[in-house]
Amino acid sequence: MLLIRCPYCEEERPELEFRNAGEAHIARSANMAGESDDDFEKFFFIRSNPKGIIYERWRHIHGCARFFNAVRDTVTDKFVMTYKAGEPKPSKLPGAVK
Amino acid sequence: MTKAAAKTSASSAERRPAQAGRSVSAKNVKVEVLPPAERVSLRAPEASIAALSKALGLTLPKSPKTSASKAGRMALWLGPDEWFLIDEAGKNLLADCAKVSALHSAVGISHRNVAFEVTGPAAAAAINAGCPQDLSLEAFPVGAASRTVLGKCEILLLRTAANAFWVECWRSFSDYVFTFLSEAASDAAA
Repeated sequence: MLLIRCPYCEEERPELEFRNAGEAHIARSANMAGESDDDFEKFFFIRSNPKGIIYERWRHIHGCARFFNAVRDTVTDKFVMTYKAGEPKPSKLPGAVK
Repeated sequence: MTKAAAKTSASSAERRPAQAGRSVSAKNVKVEVLPPAERVSLRAPEASIAALSKALGLTLPKSPKTSASKAGRMALWLGPDEWFLIDEAGKNLLADCAKVSALHSAVGISHRNVAFEVTGPAAAAAINAGCPQDLSLEAFPVGAASRTVLGKCEILLLRTAANAFWVECWRSFSDYVFTFLSEAASDAAA
């Protein structure tokens, strides 16, 4: 079982308490009605789906119930780090990352 | 169950809590259903905590996985702005919260939950049959409280003593949780 660090509970908790909530740092347009179809498609449907480091939203649904962001490696499935929702994308990742 | 049913008369309503009176004893574990209690789901920002603590008569805990308890009243930290309040004596928690003018949301959920008590030297082992958290005394000391999972449903877990846990679940899941804990108790005893 994976252990995921919840930034609000400040400790590692079993993955069964968590739920993935899609890619993180996708900004919603302030003027949604003014978006072109192409821009809306990019915002709504297109995800980066990288091989390697991905920034995701997770929710500690069966714990503190808060959303937070996580950096995960899609190849190894390892969590690099987690940080609170609303905090900026970390510029430096801990550990040796390809 | 039949005795309680026979007592019901047409003129008076009788409260029959889910799973009332059920209990299971294994070699090192005992699972009991606790009597009804007052429960409140409390949401409040940092600025309201002091006023609410004063009105409730106990300090709302601010650190994760902790709880506070005073005179039969308990406050469990659930999230950064969320607490679960229990009053075992059935005293009116909502009335106490209503006295506070600071911003908060208090919702009475007394009938939503059913509480169980799991006691005995193998209590942690029994709960660990369905709960993935580390329940050793170092990681989950007396007074620690957390929302977590048991088997397929969500529970609230509070360690009231080294060998005693308070388990809360939603009323409609109570049969599942009791049965799960009963099976786990007999496994843990073996």
